[in-house]
Amino acid sequence: MRVQADTHRCIGAGMCVLTVPEVFDQGEEDGLVVLLDAEPPPERQAAVERAERLCPSGAISILREAEA
Amino acid sequence: MPESRTGPIRFPLDHVGLFDPPETLRSLREERPVAPMTYADGHVGWLVTGYAAARSILADPRFSSRRELLHPPVPRSMTPDMYKPSDPGQFVRMDPPEHTRYRKLLVARFTVRRMKLLEPRIREITEERLAAMVAAGPPQDLVKGFALPVPSLVICELLGVPYADREEFQHATSVFLDWESTAAEIQTALDDVTTYLSGLIKRKRAEPTDDLFTELITGGELSDVELVNIGFLLLAAGHETTANMLGLGTLALLRHPEQLAALRADPSLIDNTIEELMRYLSIVHVGPIRAALEDVEIEGELIRAGDVVTVSLPAVNRDPTRFPDPERLDITRPATGQMSFGHGVHQCLGQQLARTEMRIAFPMLFERFPTLRLAVPAEKVPMRDTMLIYGVRELTVEW
Repeated sequence: MRVQADTHRCIGAGMCVLTVPEVFDQGEEDGLVVLLDAEPPPERQAAVERAERLCPSGAISILREAEA
Repeated sequence: MPESRTGPIRFPLDHVGLFDPPETLRSLREERPVAPMTYADGHVGWLVTGYAAARSILADPRFSSRRELLHPPVPRSMTPDMYKPSDPGQFVRMDPPEHTRYRKLLVARFTVRRMKLLEPRIREITEERLAAMVAAGPPQDLVKGFALPVPSLVICELLGVPYADREEFQHATSVFLDWESTAAEIQTALDDVTTYLSGLIKRKRAEPTDDLFTELITGGELSDVELVNIGFLLLAAGHETTANMLGLGTLALLRHPEQLAALRADPSLIDNTIEELMRYLSIVHVGPIRAALEDVEIEGELIRAGDVVTVSLPAVNRDPTRFPDPERLDITRPATGQMSFGHGVHQCLGQQLARTEMRIAFPMLFERFPTLRLAVPAEKVPMRDTMLIYGVRELTVEW
């Protein structure tokens, strides 16, 4: 699984950080998404998918195997 | 349901009991989750009661938040300004890129990490209010003694607004949110709060202090008009919302003692309890509101350019296709995804502050008063039936 986070779409709601702090953070200066781990291990997959769904601005996308 | 077959309905406002949304919303959601609705000024737009439809509309840039495009879903007096484009700084009623510029100036102040740093101070503030309640003794109005002051003190401190001046913005907020207020009352309240904030900006420019409002003032990127509007928005949104969640949320837990017992038995349920209370209560009962910029088809309904769309959060948060057995308050259910903070680029800027406040305030309240109970019959609790944000007007409790 590969994760992408788009800072141009991000509105800094913080849902991803709240959901998977191991994978996402927010920039200290701009509050926008910072990707800590672009290839999270399989045990975090469900949580990352939840973060993708919860993101209000569609800033998080997951590239599944077929697309990667 | 007859209304949806015979023509556009009106926005239903008749709550059932203390916590349940109007029955009409449920039948609409089953029959026509995007349904024609007549607005207060005669405009025929739409009412959205389905979760999926609400989510796609709120995330879609073809639906605008611009104030001059909207129509009022409920009968309320409109000041002439309410039909004009938003003034500088009123970014809730703007679209990108204007909205983006303001949001970017603020968003770094409300991150998950920043809110964590506030925790010790929020705990102190909460403790002070609880100690004052103990000192005064039962019975007491929990709204006046706890639910309103805790978030008001927090937002005042964050922004650097003297708490002694709270009447200045609390009054303006409640006039603005009450749809029974007259246009003259709204205008006077807004003028008063503008005068107050203009004075505060002058004082802070002369004597800068260590707070968010001073940083915005001295940052040089915002005009005085923008500062006043952003200041009022942060003050209003920063206290009224959490205050109503604390008041109504306490009532909900007291009326569902098995849920309160479960939370007491397992304090780690608090985060989910907050999401579930927000889902179950959805205190914003009118809106979000958008206007279609072009023709858009949603769930088989053709929404024409210019049509206004109002989402009913109580209806979408109780959509059984998203939350099974939705009418039940259950603090153990997966409740994330509740839409009470909105969705899309306008999703609540202060949501992590609100969560932090509730995560601290609810457990401390129930820990301090193990025997907390209503001091009046539940049906006598005065509800905010004419307010854009639902809640309790007073909550007399004893312990």
